[in-house]
Amino acid sequence: MDRLVFDVAHMLAGGLVLVSFMMLYQDRLYALLNIYALHALVLALTVAWRAYAADAPHLYATAAIALVFKAIVIPVVLHRIIARLGIHREIETVVGIGPTMLAGMGLVALSMVVMLRVTAQADPLAREDLAFALSIVLLGLLLMVTRRNAVSQVVGFMSLENGLVLAATGAKGMPLVVEISVAFSILIAFIVIGIFLFRIRERFDTVDVQALDRHRGERR
Amino acid sequence: MTGFEFNAVGAILLIPLAAAGLLAALPGYRLTARLNVAASLLTFIAALSLFVADRPAPGSYFLVDDLNIVFVALNTFIGFTASLFSASYIGHELSTGRLTATHLRFYHAMYQVLLFAMNLALLANNIGLMWVAVEIATLTTVLMVGIYRTHEALEAAWKYFILGSVGIALALFGTILVYVAAQPVIGEGMQAMVWTVLIQRVSEFDSALLNLAFVFLLLGYGTKVGLAPLHAWLPDAHAEGPTPISAVLSGLLLNVALYAVLRFKLLLAANANALAPGPLMITMGLISVVFAGFMLYRRRDIKRMFAYSSIEHMGIITFAFGIGGPLANFAGLLHMVMHSLTKSAIFYGVGHIAQIKGTQRIEEIGGLTETHPWLGWALVCGVAAIAGLPPLGIFMSEFLVVSSTFAREPLLALPLVFGLLVGLGALFLRLNRLAFGEPRGATGPAEASYAPMYAHLALVLAAGIYLPPPLVAWFQNVAGLLG
Repeated sequence: MDRLVFDVAHMLAGGLVLVSFMMLYQDRLYALLNIYALHALVLALTVAWRAYAADAPHLYATAAIALVFKAIVIPVVLHRIIARLGIHREIETVVGIGPTMLAGMGLVALSMVVMLRVTAQADPLAREDLAFALSIVLLGLLLMVTRRNAVSQVVGFMSLENGLVLAATGAKGMPLVVEISVAFSILIAFIVIGIFLFRIRERFDTVDVQALDRHRGERR
Repeated sequence: MTGFEFNAVGAILLIPLAAAGLLAALPGYRLTARLNVAASLLTFIAALSLFVADRPAPGSYFLVDDLNIVFVALNTFIGFTASLFSASYIGHELSTGRLTATHLRFYHAMYQVLLFAMNLALLANNIGLMWVAVEIATLTTVLMVGIYRTHEALEAAWKYFILGSVGIALALFGTILVYVAAQPVIGEGMQAMVWTVLIQRVSEFDSALLNLAFVFLLLGYGTKVGLAPLHAWLPDAHAEGPTPISAVLSGLLLNVALYAVLRFKLLLAANANALAPGPLMITMGLISVVFAGFMLYRRRDIKRMFAYSSIEHMGIITFAFGIGGPLANFAGLLHMVMHSLTKSAIFYGVGHIAQIKGTQRIEEIGGLTETHPWLGWALVCGVAAIAGLPPLGIFMSEFLVVSSTFAREPLLALPLVFGLLVGLGALFLRLNRLAFGEPRGATGPAEASYAPMYAHLALVLAAGIYLPPPLVAWFQNVAGLLG
């Protein structure tokens, strides 16, 4: 039984890393959002499985938040924003897909090497969760730096937060306060982003961050 | 008596929170600006009462000790003077139409939420709570920076938001790692996130995990401090937001983030096998000082220039705490207080200057000492103070930083002094244009209150000439605690 619990948890957390990879090569905004919804769904399953395995009912709340807000509400709202802004064309990637994927693999390898070596004494499940979580955080950062479009940067940031939730649930018995705050902060962050996107739209009719980088009279 | 003690902490947190709710609901800027000042003053008085009252035993959420009292007192004091400045500043913004009445309500409410979040971060005994507080502070400042809704303001707010969130995310990962390290020793649950419990048992923690956690925490909170490779948000956020917010950002928020780093540095220092946090902090501090020193030469915008000077000074403070030992810690603490007072005074002055001239571009501002002697000479004093000239307070703290460096790591003193001199040159080059020579730009009268600015400068001057012994004893005690 223990073996099964461990294997399923392992599979789900690993799946989350794979979905992070899938996000790296999406070149359309709608597709990126759909993959993000999948990411959140896998996260909800992972957390729910942890809740079941560790018999920690409060984690179900975290799973529910991931499912409802991140997998459903946020993608739907972002869909509508994209439609309203009329920016469902291709995403311009700063770096090509190939180098990005290679960099992603390098980052995952790095986080495995670092985390597995450092957490040698920790409980094996927490250990793997932390290693996977760090990979997801780094992949999220990579997504943010390779995109110029504000919406896809936000998606990158949200996938990064998913990695943090995985780490928080992986740490045994971490108090609920933190988990709620993580979920809550994502919500707040989302509202902030929403306001920003609308303001940007209102003023400039573009959400391309590079268009915002205007020359300021100061060479930088 | 214990009931009263709790109330002091409660008051510091609840007054701003209640005021935020009230200010969001009330119309009319004169009334709300005064209320804002009153609430900030009350919070400051509550913070002062911490000095005299007996301290509550550290609970699982809040802690009052010698270290954070200094920070809380400084925080609430500058919060109060900045609210005074803001009251005179904001009327002008309203009359020129840069802000509307609705914006102003929002602005005042956010101002109090920001004070609340910073006080919460300083008083937190729980590393999770501290993280939440820093996150709230970040989000409120993002909203404040973008409040003018111009092209540049939105760009600055967006950049700040993205970089700040990444920093905050890394800090959360570090916080989780600290919990993972603590959990086998202390056990599951809330106790493993309480700082006072952690510091007692930290010697038994797995040092490799702690090291990794500290790297994430330093990078994460270091982004908020504005240390050099991670500083990109800071100049834009300072330049594009309302000036009272620039003053609060520079004077307070950077300190709060640094305070978080210090708390974790203490944890690491108490574990014999963990890596020494000093060299990491020294490296980041030095890079910031030298980098900001050079960057100061290229500035064309007056607020951006002083923002780079903040990066330089946060570098000096981080460097001093990285060197460690009673003298360097003392110097770091003193420098932090002096920098907060001086830099916010400068921003108050700059706010008035920008309003008179209607621009922030340095080349369109000139001859201030002739057209506005009170303002111009205050700026000269402020820049002399921030550049570290005697007899002002920053000279003394910089002197202490440099001399303690010579005592412990003589070679490191060279790049530090080099960076300081480079920065000093740039500041005076620009000051010369701003304060002397042919008057340039509009010369209308300033409708402003100079009181907060002069009060700060007087304090800095007084501290440079004579530090009262009880204050010295207090700082020495805290410096000893910092190890």
